[in-house]
Amino acid sequence: MTELLIKNGFVFDPLSEINGEKMDIAIRDGKIVESVSDQKAKKIDATGLTVMPGAVDIHTHIAGGEVNTGRMIRPEDHVKDVVRKTAITRSGTGYSIPSTFVTGYRYSKMGYTTVMNPSMAPLGAKHTHEELNDIPLLDKATFPLLGDWWFVLENLQKGDLAGCAQHIAWMMETTKGYAIKIVNPGGLESWGFGRNVHSIDDVVPNFDITPREIVCGLAKVNKMLNLPHTIHLHTNNLGIPGNYLTTLETMKALESVPNDGKPICHITHVQFSSFAGENWGNMKSAADEISRYINNHNHMTFDMGQIIFTDTTTMTADGPFEFTLYQLSGHKWVNSDVETETSGGIIPMHYKRKSAVNATQWSIGLEIALLVKDPWKIFMTTDHPNAGPFFAYPKIIAWLTSKKARMATLAKCHKKAQKKSLLPSIDRELSLYELAIMTRAGQAKALGLTGKGHLGVGADADVAIYNINPETLDIAKKYKTARKAFDNAAYTIKDGKVVVKDGEVVQNVDGRTIWLDVKTREQLKVDEEMKRKFKEYWTVEYENYPVFDHYVKVPEAITVKADV
Amino acid sequence: MIVLTPLKKFQFPVHAECINPDVFKGKSVKEIAALPVWEGNKKKKLSDIFKIEETPAETPDITINGDATEVRRVGQGMKNGEIVINGNAGMHLGEKMAGGKITVNGTANGWTGSSMKKGLIEIHGDAGDYLASPYRGSTAGMRGGTIIVDGNVGGDSGCYLRGGTIIVKGNAGPFLGFHISKGVIYVEKNAGGRLGASMTGGKIVVSGAVDEFMPTFTVDGIKKKVKIDDDFKAEGPFYVFLGDLAEHGTGKLFVSQPSNPQFSAIYDKYL
Repeated sequence: MTELLIKNGFVFDPLSEINGEKMDIAIRDGKIVESVSDQKAKKIDATGLTVMPGAVDIHTHIAGGEVNTGRMIRPEDHVKDVVRKTAITRSGTGYSIPSTFVTGYRYSKMGYTTVMNPSMAPLGAKHTHEELNDIPLLDKATFPLLGDWWFVLENLQKGDLAGCAQHIAWMMETTKGYAIKIVNPGGLESWGFGRNVHSIDDVVPNFDITPREIVCGLAKVNKMLNLPHTIHLHTNNLGIPGNYLTTLETMKALESVPNDGKPICHITHVQFSSFAGENWGNMKSAADEISRYINNHNHMTFDMGQIIFTDTTTMTADGPFEFTLYQLSGHKWVNSDVETETSGGIIPMHYKRKSAVNATQWSIGLEIALLVKDPWKIFMTTDHPNAGPFFAYPKIIAWLTSKKARMATLAKCHKKAQKKSLLPSIDRELSLYELAIMTRAGQAKALGLTGKGHLGVGADADVAIYNINPETLDIAKKYKTARKAFDNAAYTIKDGKVVVKDGEVVQNVDGRTIWLDVKTREQLKVDEEMKRKFKEYWTVEYENYPVFDHYVKVPEAITVKADV
Repeated sequence: MIVLTPLKKFQFPVHAECINPDVFKGKSVKEIAALPVWEGNKKKKLSDIFKIEETPAETPDITINGDATEVRRVGQGMKNGEIVINGNAGMHLGEKMAGGKITVNGTANGWTGSSMKKGLIEIHGDAGDYLASPYRGSTAGMRGGTIIVDGNVGGDSGCYLRGGTIIVKGNAGPFLGFHISKGVIYVEKNAGGRLGASMTGGKIVVSGAVDEFMPTFTVDGIKKKVKIDDDFKAEGPFYVFLGDLAEHGTGKLFVSQPSNPQFSAIYDKYL
């Protein structure tokens, strides 16, 4: 029995409605408990420090085929950020696509304890899990890409939602996945034939189905299966000027799905889906329109996909979008995963303050995050590494909590972008409480992770302690001090063990891989027809397709009882 | 002036980016001695591997006497001052340098002057591969400054050049000036295969023979003299080629007519 007592910190735990109250947090055997014995427990003196639940990242590409291909094509990215081994940590490389171990260390250093890998081609699931196994200090889960999976398209085309649900339940077990990820619905299937879909009512080649039907169908299926997270959607026409209309249409289409006032869809990296204008010359922010819609509706959640001005690597299953980026930049690119159930592209990208488009993108992300009144609806991400590497999160925290910080950055941006930006008119500065919602509580709630994102009794003992005294430090004014504090957590506690102290990893522990064991009334029978399809169309035999139990080093299955 | 003398023959690579006039400036010998370097996987002090002496002479700022073949990243990112190496230099010499001067009285290794921005590097022997070229995968080539090599250079030199001048008085290896977009490369003797491949701009001048010439260049004429820099014009006559057409390039490739008699049967009819 190990006991730990975090004494006297300012606790921010939005799910338990605790806002900066001075209190103790007791931990026994990796869980938060009511109290521990004052003599026996190891103590952490958190006087004058901010205590929050361990942070959660809802969308970060940290493992899998695309990530690894990205590493391979960018030796110049690694050479500038070489990480040496220490007595506790392993060596590796950093920057935009850090090696697996460095990913774990750097997340943990910032107080993160749970991260979601949002994009996994089902055929690449084994590889993804092998990489996830090598990411220490974090609990992880991964979302299989199912928006263009043939059995989903076939079942939706037939209108057989129950059949689709059975297939998806089988896929969660087969890929050890956690949620339904949809990228450019219909577009990936079209990309296999060198085409794309340009509106939510375009018909997908070879399947008489539209993106609208895919998204709404899967949202219904998700509900039938009672999956903890909603569908996780990367919209059509992503990254194209004028695409906010497609985003609005998609959100409106989802209104038709019954929702009981709860979210039924998560639109990820919404910044990339909120461009107005007709071309890159007159591209501008649609943050106003998008955030107005978000403020008036409750059936969706979002994450930012905030741009960071740096040299990074974009990677997405949205192959046609990456091809557009290649045509724009002429940079080296890889078209990958077309042989799997998705498509994919990787291209290096340098976001520059002096580029009007990039600076406008930067502004859009912050505008939406600040204009959306309810922090439970929008979360902080960079869509790592697409809009910037995850270890730039403290910068975003500074921009969100301090007008001074964002105006200082805006002043260095392209004149055209400065003129168009809504940021000078937004005075909102997030409090630590709101920040805790956007970085942990809200994300955990949206993911349906009941043991994460809060410090109530029974929660996993994942805690982040920062060197911020809310009584003496005004984070809006001293944003640089706050940024440093969020960069180097005073303590990160994972499952009741201190893993980071003063920004240094002090202990190595394995995180768990969370997956869904969905129990449907009738289990999918893999019939001869399905096996024939695997034999004919897949690059592996059906027998080699599933991720077997031994592939996952520390598994944590969540059992879900479905309605079908 | 600080004089550094290697205390032994190095068995492992030494990473010594601290050997830089900007870093040494204003420091006492004692402080310089304590600067960190890596020898293989061991962190050491500069004085562990070099004898460090101060002499009253003003220039050059730093002199290395002896074999520094294994000493990498000397003068990396330097902005001012002068380094003289009386012996061979290691890899990444003057990488990303932004000013000042480096002289090598011996041979230099790979990636000398990689991605440099300004300044002068003079090598009185041969230079290795990737002279002035960026690190693998990067497109950030040399942007300015001058590199002069008295001897030969290896393969993949001057890749992604975006400005500045490279003068080679000996031979050059294959893939010289790969993907250059601006700047000048001059080779006094022969150049290897795939010369100027993927070039989109800039100027490559070869006074010697050319091996395996790319078919994606079109002949444009003959020129008697070509300007290399303000003080120097290369004597021809030269064939003038435009390319690389595979990249819709508008680069100019000047190849000596007398040294390449094999060209006359192919190109003379188009002139």
